Amino acid sequence: MASNTLDPEAVEQPERRDFLYIATGTLGAVGAAMAVWPLIDQMNPSKDVLALSSTEVDLSPIEEGQSVTVVWRGKPVFIRRRTQAEIDEARDVNMADLPDPEEDAARAVKPEWLVLVGICTHLGCIPLGESGDFGGWFCPCHGSHYDTSGRIRIGPAPDNLVVPDYAFLDDTNIRIG
Amino acid sequence: MMGMLRMKIGLVIGSVVLSAGLWLGAPATATAAGGGITFEKQKWQHSGPFGTFDRAAMVRGLQVYTEVCAACHSLDLVAFRTLSALGMSEDDVKEFASDYEVEDGPDNEGEMFDREAVPSDYFVAPYANDKAARASNNGAFPPDLSLITKARVGGEDYLYALLTGYEDEPEDFELGDGMAYNKYYSGHQIAMPQPLFEEHVEYDDETEATVEQMSRDVSVFLTWTAEPAMEDRKRMGVKVLIFLGIMLVLLVLVKRRVWSGVH
Amino acid sequence: MSGSTFETDNKLVNWFEKRLPIISLMHGAVVVYPTPKNLSWWWTFGSLAGVALVIMMATGIILAMHYTPHVDYAFLSVEHIMRDVNYGWLIRYVHSNTGSLFFMVVYIHIFRGLYYGSYKDPRELLWIIGLLIYVLMMATGFLGYVLPWGQMSFWAVTVITNLFSAVPIVGDAIVSWLWGGYAVGNPTLNRFFSLHYLLPFVIFAAVILHLWALHTSKSSNPLGVEVKTPQDTIPFHPYFTAKDLVGLAVFLIVLFFFVFFAPNYMGHPDNYITANPMVTPAHIVPEWYYLPFYAILRAIPDKLGGVIAMFGAIVILFLVPWLDTSKVRSSRFRPIYKQFFWILVLDCFVLGWVGANAPEGHFILIGRLATAYYFLHFLVILPIVGMIEKPLPLPESISQPVLKGEQE
Repeated sequence: MASNTLDPEAVEQPERRDFLYIATGTLGAVGAAMAVWPLIDQMNPSKDVLALSSTEVDLSPIEEGQSVTVVWRGKPVFIRRRTQAEIDEARDVNMADLPDPEEDAARAVKPEWLVLVGICTHLGCIPLGESGDFGGWFCPCHGSHYDTSGRIRIGPAPDNLVVPDYAFLDDTNIRIG
Repeated sequence: MMGMLRMKIGLVIGSVVLSAGLWLGAPATATAAGGGITFEKQKWQHSGPFGTFDRAAMVRGLQVYTEVCAACHSLDLVAFRTLSALGMSEDDVKEFASDYEVEDGPDNEGEMFDREAVPSDYFVAPYANDKAARASNNGAFPPDLSLITKARVGGEDYLYALLTGYEDEPEDFELGDGMAYNKYYSGHQIAMPQPLFEEHVEYDDETEATVEQMSRDVSVFLTWTAEPAMEDRKRMGVKVLIFLGIMLVLLVLVKRRVWSGVH
Repeated sequence: MSGSTFETDNKLVNWFEKRLPIISLMHGAVVVYPTPKNLSWWWTFGSLAGVALVIMMATGIILAMHYTPHVDYAFLSVEHIMRDVNYGWLIRYVHSNTGSLFFMVVYIHIFRGLYYGSYKDPRELLWIIGLLIYVLMMATGFLGYVLPWGQMSFWAVTVITNLFSAVPIVGDAIVSWLWGGYAVGNPTLNRFFSLHYLLPFVIFAAVILHLWALHTSKSSNPLGVEVKTPQDTIPFHPYFTAKDLVGLAVFLIVLFFFVFFAPNYMGHPDNYITANPMVTPAHIVPEWYYLPFYAILRAIPDKLGGVIAMFGAIVILFLVPWLDTSKVRSSRFRPIYKQFFWILVLDCFVLGWVGANAPEGHFILIGRLATAYYFLHFLVILPIVGMIEKPLPLPESISQPVLKGEQE
């Protein structure tokens, strides 16, 4: 093959030939790489999907000890109005016992309200509410137990249930996202 | 030598063939479909390979659309969030959207309810459905305007001509009931009554609202709604063609060097 | 394919080669493949067509990720691609414009074959497979044009499927079978999407057969004399890879000029109006690449006759290897036939021009004359000129005129 690429004139001026071939090849490779980006980026969320990024929820119908599940960005979000006992339980935990240590106070804007993305951090199943060994959530897929603050206590899940960005618009309305 | 000449003739014929092929089936831009109606091409800031949308005209055009056209014409494909392209801030867009009411639901009781529109919502149509639109307009259907400049031969030039083309019908012209005379519309009879009159809207930037000015502004706005990616497209196009031009020169040099030993 | 001289010391490659000799196969096909050294620029259109096919398939698979084949959503999903999907407008415009240029490239490729007699013995099968690819392309292009579900899409599918109603007795049954209903509707759109996705892979397979046949009978060349000695050929790589890359760069410049600066130039404004089964657009025309056939269809004042003539215009191309009686391949040495070739090219343009215009006034007469000439060329001129023409003296070999400086 190598012998085919050589021609008498090129042999006389090897540097010029090399430079031309290398420059062309490099530029071609750069162009091809840049052309590939749109073909990859098209799979990222589109503009209309990105625009649907916040959900408002009216909390007033939720009684103490009740939870509701709302949809945010196509995912379930658990909103739980915790009892005082649950709050106390969540706050009275030795950080050293937690696989993913986090204070309950850092996970709830108002102690009464717990807002969690309802997706197990192990492999994405939806945990069951008010079950498991810690009175919080239990994931039936692979047996992860979460406590009343949504923190992982036992099981294969590596992290606590995620707290989404949310803000209180007034006393009874929150906006998630 | 003969071979070279023949090849060049071949290439010339080839390129004529190519361009002729392109022209076939492509309508002449200054002629409306049917009727042989011609209208002038306008000068637009957005035409040409470096063209950009005239932001101020777009903002005025949006005003013309919402205050005049929107009474009958929907703009279904345009989301409020995209109005940021007009130079509107996020809060401006929110405020603009909040003037509209959209149906949402069902709520927890299973009822549909109306709420203020948010930026992710789309322009709200004036009629519930096509039949309602026809019923309110003497049986004529006011088309959606989102793609209107791409859906008409002549594009924004035709739209401008149409909006400025209303006049009294000639003596011998038999005008149908409820129809208007327009010199640029195919057949000259159009179901849409003249939409724009002098000072019909009051521009915030104190531009004088002549019929020509309003027609121009709304044409720019609707060119944008039809092709919101136009600026990105042209910007990318200039870069890509420069790149390919350089590649072509290099590849011609490579080809010559590779072939220099062939006798 | 080609006898390979592939050898390497690389153990991994040799391990692989012993079990699946695909590397030596590719090496034989695109590296050492002995290519006539006198191939002109007209020979670059074959590889360009291959590139166009790959671009179509890559962008098409992506568009299918965002497109919804349902009458209520098809148009909206195309606009979703244009407005919301990242670079969606770019991918769609590349797909639609490459579609047009693909036909342009293939038409040049076919006319090149006609001019240089590339279809003659022993390349009849190569020619026939190529025409099958062209027929598949026309089907795929038509199916794809339906998908945006605009006015032109809808009325194109209505008119073209109705062609089959010309078939005696079972015509109507065939048409409702194609539609999956009593009119063009959602079942039609759904199956057209499925078939539009399928056919390119069939084309791809046919391209492999086309290349196989090519590498068996070897490339023809502008002189039309067969390769006689190794001096007549040079390896495909680097010579023709370098030459084809120049052609590719020119092709991409033309393509991206349209994509970025005139993306809807080859389209029709009516296809930006949502399909409306109750209103036919005032002036319906097919895409430019079907126009000559559309003109032939309308030239015959009888429904069945028109359909037969239109399909006949394609079928006749399959018979060209046997209709051409000339002993000489290349029109370069055929002073009389050469003139007729260019008249045929002109005739095809006239047919295209007639197809683009409403069948009124003088267009009807011109259309009929041009249609008659089209068939006259293949059925009468091609066989007779081959018999009576005295060709110019052929060079002894490919190398001979090259030595005389005949070639570039």
